[in-house]
Amino acid sequence: MSKVIVVTSGKGGVGKTTTSASFATGLAMKGHKTVVIDFDVGLRNLDLIMGCERRVVYDFVNVINGEATLKQALIKDKTHDKLFILPASQTRDKDAFTKEGVEKVIDELRESFDYIVCDSPAGIEKGAIMALYFADEALVVTNPEVSSVRDSDRILGILAAKSKRAEEGAEPIKEHLIVTRYSPERVESGEMLSIEDINDLLGINLMGVIPESESVLQASNSGIPVIRDSQSSSGQAYDDVVMRFLGEEVPMRFLDAEKKGLFKRIFGA
Amino acid sequence: MQDDLFLEETPTSSVTEKVAKPGPAVELRGSVFTLPVLRLKRSDLGAIEETLSERISQSKKFFENAPVVLDLEHLETPAEVLDFAALCSLLRTLQLVPVGVRQGSAEQQQAAVEAGLAVLRGGSVQEAVAAESKDKKTGEVVKQVVVPSKALVIDQPVRSGQQIYAQGGDLIVLAPVNAGAEVIADGNIHIYAPLRGRALAGVLGDASARIIVQSMEAELVSIAGHYQIFEERLPDELFGKSAQVYLQEMALTLVPLR
Repeated sequence: MSKVIVVTSGKGGVGKTTTSASFATGLAMKGHKTVVIDFDVGLRNLDLIMGCERRVVYDFVNVINGEATLKQALIKDKTHDKLFILPASQTRDKDAFTKEGVEKVIDELRESFDYIVCDSPAGIEKGAIMALYFADEALVVTNPEVSSVRDSDRILGILAAKSKRAEEGAEPIKEHLIVTRYSPERVESGEMLSIEDINDLLGINLMGVIPESESVLQASNSGIPVIRDSQSSSGQAYDDVVMRFLGEEVPMRFLDAEKKGLFKRIFGA
Repeated sequence: MQDDLFLEETPTSSVTEKVAKPGPAVELRGSVFTLPVLRLKRSDLGAIEETLSERISQSKKFFENAPVVLDLEHLETPAEVLDFAALCSLLRTLQLVPVGVRQGSAEQQQAAVEAGLAVLRGGSVQEAVAAESKDKKTGEVVKQVVVPSKALVIDQPVRSGQQIYAQGGDLIVLAPVNAGAEVIADGNIHIYAPLRGRALAGVLGDASARIIVQSMEAELVSIAGHYQIFEERLPDELFGKSAQVYLQEMALTLVPLR
C-alpha cells in the first residue's frame, strides 16, 4: 500500500524542500521505491537541491496537461535507483493545477511507488492546497520561532478541514512535526522557542529535530541532500526522522546545548 | 448606560415562502438579521433626542441609516399611545430608519401600524433571564423563562484561521483554541484547555453569557458585544489560570476561578 506524504509548513524558507529531499532520499536509501514531487510551480527548487536541474526536460504540469507521460517526466536519481523526482514547471503558474489532474498523476504513481513525497510551496494558496489534498500523512516543518509556529498551526487547521480525507470524512491525515534550524544554545539564551514550547502550541507528534548546521547550506548548494552527509548532525537527524517514520524507536538527539570541554573553553570552539 | 433608553441587539426573522413559478419577478426568502433595538422608557421626544444624539455621536458610522426596532415593553407609562409619526420623523432626522415595534399593547401596536411601522414578534428574552437571576437573590419568585439551547462540542484543536460558531446555544471546546483562531457562541463558551485566540460569547446580545476557560491566554474576549483586547500579556493572576469572563453592569469582568 503506497503512502502519500506532504511536506508542508505555511511559512516559506523553513526547510520544506530540504526536508523533502532528505526524507525522500532516506526512504530510498532504506530500500523503498520513492518519488518526490515538487508542487512549487514557478519557483522550482527541489531539482536544484536534488542535483538534477540540468536533467529536467518535462515537468509535473506537462504530465497533468497530457503533454508528456509520467515516464518521460520522472527523473531517476544518480546515486539511488529507487529514488525519482517529478520536477515542477518553472514557466507556468499555480493555476496549472487541477484537482482531477493532480489526482490522476498521484493515482498513477501509487501503482509503482511505495512512498510519494509532495514538497509543498509556501503559503496556503492553490499549490499548497493541491500538495496536501491527497496526503495520507503530513510532515509539518517548523522553525523555533513564533511566526513559523503560527503558520504551521494554520496549515494543521487546513489539513484537518480541507484535505480529501477531511472532505470524505475518512481517517484524518497523520500529522508529524519536524523542527528545523534548532539551536539549543539559542533556546537556552531565550532567543528561540524550545521544543516544549512548540509542542505546547501545536500539540502534534514530534518526529524529529534538525539542528542548525552549516552543512545544510553546503549540501543544498552542491545539490546533494544533507541526509547523505552522514558526518553532519543535520544529516544524522534526518536519518533518525526516516527511521522513526518507518516505525523504529530512535531517541531524540541534538536537543541539548553542547557542553564545552575545558579544551574548547580555553581555545574556543 | 442612559436612563431613557438603551440599545441592544436582537435577532428578528421573517417567514420563508417559496414561489415555484418559472422566472418570477420576485422571490420571497427568509433571512435572519440582527437589528438594534431602541428601548423606550419615556415618551418625551426632547429627552429621547438628547440621549440618542449623544449616543449616535459616539459611533456615527454604525448608526448611519441603521434600521431600528422600537421596544415598548419598558415604557414607564405602559398604556400610553405614543405619537409614532412624530417619533419616526425625529428618528429619521437622526438618520435612523424605524422599521417596527415590539411588545406593547394592542392599541400601541395599532397606532404603530398606522404610522407605517411593522409589528415584530419574538426577539430576545435574555433580559428576562438576567432579571430572574437578579430577583432570586432577594428571595422573590419571579416568572420562569425557559430558553431551550443545545451545545456544540468540539474535541479537536481550533487552529489559527479557523472559526467555530455555536448558533443558538453554548460552545464546549475540549482542545486548545490557538492564537489566531476564533470561537463564537450565541450562548456561553466553555474551554477545557488553553484559550490563546479569541472567544466571543452571547454574540446576539445575551448579556448573561459567560466564557469559562481552563487556561486564560486569550487575545480577545467578548460578551454581548462588549469586548476587551489583550495587547499586552495578561496579568499574572490571570495568565495561564482558570478564569471566567462575564458582564457586570455592562462592564466586562475577568476573574480567576476559585
